[in-house]
Amino acid sequence: MQVDPRSPRFGAAITTLVLAVVLVTSSVWLLAAQTIVFALGAYGNSPYGLVYKRFIRPRLGPPAELEDAAPPRFAQAVGLVFALAGLLGFAIGSTPLALGATAAALLAAFLNAAFGLCLGCEMYLLIRRLQPGRTQ
Amino acid sequence: MIGVWTLLAVLLAGTVIGLVRNRRDGRMRAVAVTAVTPSEATLAETLGEPLGDRATLVQFSTAFCQPCRATRRILDEVAAMVPGVRHVEIDAEARLDLVRQLDVMRTPTVLVLDKAGNIVKRASGLPRKADVIAALGAAID
Repeated sequence: MQVDPRSPRFGAAITTLVLAVVLVTSSVWLLAAQTIVFALGAYGNSPYGLVYKRFIRPRLGPPAELEDAAPPRFAQAVGLVFALAGLLGFAIGSTPLALGATAAALLAAFLNAAFGLCLGCEMYLLIRRLQPGRTQ
Repeated sequence: MIGVWTLLAVLLAGTVIGLVRNRRDGRMRAVAVTAVTPSEATLAETLGEPLGDRATLVQFSTAFCQPCRATRRILDEVAAMVPGVRHVEIDAEARLDLVRQLDVMRTPTVLVLDKAGNIVKRASGLPRKADVIAALGAAID
């Protein structure tokens, strides 16, 4: 599947804002909402992507080129793991875990929004490298 | 309050990481030949692909790699432009042995091989076309 590359980047900008508010307000519910967004995004149905398609893309015109949908989806799954860790931190009352995991997800979203760098995608090969015994 | 400081620290760290990464991304680095000598003989063999007559551009890619498509396009263009140069793309997941042996940490990673199969230059991230051509210049003569 192919996507307009500006769509995940728009989503990363919204995610950056949302996670920044989570850090400042320590709002568990907002982080829970973002966690659901990550989960939907990992399935290829990001709500931010729908907002982009509905309201932003008609104003921008067609993209110069499309890109593969798999990398941003994988990155959303990585974001989901960090958001779940953050929720766990809030649930057990561990401020370092709650803030640390949220900060990690925020860093990835910010790098994607501001620099077009997909940190989650870059982790893919590192994760695969660590899995033993599947070399040819 | 600690949340505000965390936010500022993340934004500052992100900006530094982003700027450094943008500057370094895709830059061709010279490879000390001694560092690859143990593996160079096996590299040409284990690639499982014929090398170019004068030089070979080896690209490591994965399915979850955003800049790999653009890298493929640039390397294909250069290979079509310079006679005797082949572009070989390797699925990093299928060749984790090579990935570990050559210490590939990211995709795309591009290796520039001379005609004997020695690694002359390497870059991680999307390389610029001019840099690829310059690196080929170093590999060919």
